[in-house]
Amino acid sequence: MKDLQLNKEGRLKHFLTIDGLNKDILTEILDVAESFSTMPAQKVNKVPLLRGKTIVNLFFENSTRTRTTFELAATRLSADVLSINIAASATSKGESLLDTIRNLEAMHVDMFVVRHAISGAGHFIAQNTAPHISVINAGDGQHAHPTQAMLDMFTIRQYKKKFDHLNVVIIGDILHSRVARSQIQALNVLGVKEIRVVAPKTLLPQNVESLGVKPFNNIEQGLEGSDVIMMLRLQKERMTSALLPNEREYFKCFGLTEERLKSASHDAIIMHPGPINRGVEIESSIADGSQSVILQQVTNGVAIRMAIMSLTMQSKGDVS
Amino acid sequence: MTKIHITNGHIIDPANNIDQLGAVYVAEGKILSLNEQPSGFTADIVLDATNNIVCPGFIDLSARLRDPGQSYKGTIQSETIAAASAGITSLCLPPDTSPVIDSQAVVELINDKSQRAGYSQVYPIGALTHQLAGIELSSMAALKEAGCIAVSNAMAPFSSLLVLRRAMEYASSHNLLVMYHPDEASLSNNGCAHEGIFSARYGLPGIPSASEAVAVAQCIELAELTGCRLHFSQISCKGAAIKIQQAQKYGLAVSADVSIHQLHLTENDIEPFNSVYHVLPPLRTVKDKQHLRDSLAKGTIGAICSDHQPHDVDAKLGAFPETEPGISSLETLLPLMLRLVKDNEITLSQGISTLTQNPAKILGIQRGALTSGFSADICIFDPTLKWDVNDDNWKSSGQNTPFWGKTLEGRVMHTVQAGKVVYSL
Repeated sequence: MKDLQLNKEGRLKHFLTIDGLNKDILTEILDVAESFSTMPAQKVNKVPLLRGKTIVNLFFENSTRTRTTFELAATRLSADVLSINIAASATSKGESLLDTIRNLEAMHVDMFVVRHAISGAGHFIAQNTAPHISVINAGDGQHAHPTQAMLDMFTIRQYKKKFDHLNVVIIGDILHSRVARSQIQALNVLGVKEIRVVAPKTLLPQNVESLGVKPFNNIEQGLEGSDVIMMLRLQKERMTSALLPNEREYFKCFGLTEERLKSASHDAIIMHPGPINRGVEIESSIADGSQSVILQQVTNGVAIRMAIMSLTMQSKGDVS
Repeated sequence: MTKIHITNGHIIDPANNIDQLGAVYVAEGKILSLNEQPSGFTADIVLDATNNIVCPGFIDLSARLRDPGQSYKGTIQSETIAAASAGITSLCLPPDTSPVIDSQAVVELINDKSQRAGYSQVYPIGALTHQLAGIELSSMAALKEAGCIAVSNAMAPFSSLLVLRRAMEYASSHNLLVMYHPDEASLSNNGCAHEGIFSARYGLPGIPSASEAVAVAQCIELAELTGCRLHFSQISCKGAAIKIQQAQKYGLAVSADVSIHQLHLTENDIEPFNSVYHVLPPLRTVKDKQHLRDSLAKGTIGAICSDHQPHDVDAKLGAFPETEPGISSLETLLPLMLRLVKDNEITLSQGISTLTQNPAKILGIQRGALTSGFSADICIFDPTLKWDVNDDNWKSSGQNTPFWGKTLEGRVMHTVQAGKVVYSL
């Protein structure tokens, strides 16, 4: 795993998962992102780091937000960027994932940003693509969404400065969430004090403790004294597959409300990867309230993706 | 026919309680005698077995040959050559071929092809339901007449427990062994890995051990209800083994086998997203593995099978959940059995039993022993010879094994099947 993401010098070549990366690498990503995050304020908001490079956003699953921030990040690095929505085209004609990749490779691209509905798709592409190409995982099945996790870490550092004293709680569908898996791994690597997960048992994986978290089936207990509250989006199909009875009962038991927020630290920040289901996982007034940093997460998404794109491309030493 | 004299070997024949240096005499395709040279016997072939073990040829309770229907993955010819090189002289072919083994014509086709190949005794297992659809009964009497040794629904689910019950009753009426692959499909829910630490970490759809244990418990009740002779194929978890042990203690005619890789690999051994580890039932926990080993030593699980499933390269080229499950495993069967002996889990004689007399007993066939008059199926192997799993040594069309590139200990020197030398190193 580690070998696949890192080159011989131990630098990032692909960015597929947080699993296996150390604190130095994650910190470097955050530091580089910080240097980019001041850019939009400048008059010229482009840097020529990836001039002449071609980046292909390969989205086998639809996602406007993630795709847009990747496009914006690539553009600000002066790369040529091409977004392909494959969800409804090639694969439905029976073309294999590998054939799709080979075809695009033949067009001399330098990087793939991939989102796919199957866990491990990013690894598979990284293993089977030409050696000069970097692969960035923009979400694979229920496995990983490492750029989302890093923008979350960036946001936490922005507000909390350090990680080691933090109690972090993640609330929602942990079982099906690639975001949660990557967040948990990143928080563990960066060394927070405690990570809690809150959900009914139907939405927690078996052996969830093995991920390095403390599980709660009760939101009040989970929120007690927390400094960072990370909400997850609840997918509607969980209701039809006998994992939850209905949205109302979910909100009643696991929704983040003003009342429940009182048991968290007074300066706790509230995060959400979006899009938000208002009144299902979070009360509207909190989502828009003073403790919410949800829009800041979106803003940070561009800087983090610029950092990851430039670091993976630089690791080959062919970027000036 | 050829007369064969095997000399200087260490004969281990658990069925006849033989464990000594000696000679084996073969003529007319049968075992003639052990140790005492029959009068007037002149050997056409002498096989020197110095420093080697001589034992009955192995009987594999489950090996996919991919023929008929998927010759790009393997053929009866290619896979029985691989079997012969692994000391396997008889093997059972599950019914999920294409077309399915649910008609006499398919059985005859398989028999014809395997006889022409001439490397192994291939026993077709008939489909328990029509087209393996789990809805209507197959023509079991006709399948038996054509030569099916047992009936099974392979990995395919039943539409209801009522259909399973009736299939067991009907099979029992024709005195057919039912081989059952326990998996409650609604619980395994299209998973691709054991529901545990590995699936939690990598976000892979999980298959709980309960999906197997629940199916075992249900089927044991139906075995009692129907009086059916029942064999559980490829047990993978502790819960299932415990239920089988209880049923045996209670006096039910229930047997079980385990695939060789479940005795060695667990979820901890899976290299992330490496599809050669994608197998069903999935690789379980260390506790499960140890319990399976213990159950083998105690005899609850009587037989080890290869659960051979060769694949073409494309079948394993994809993201883990999208690849086809299965391991190519004929050729690792013996060395991995010997590793259990080395690990002090079982004795060598026990290990040989699990590959010879025990599967013969489960199938009710006169094989798996060096008894005079039995078919001369003999494996001669060097228990300490090391070999590399690579292109030069591998015979199966499927190279999909987690042991590829590894060095294994224990290698077959000669295989005699029905009195014919079908393999020599």
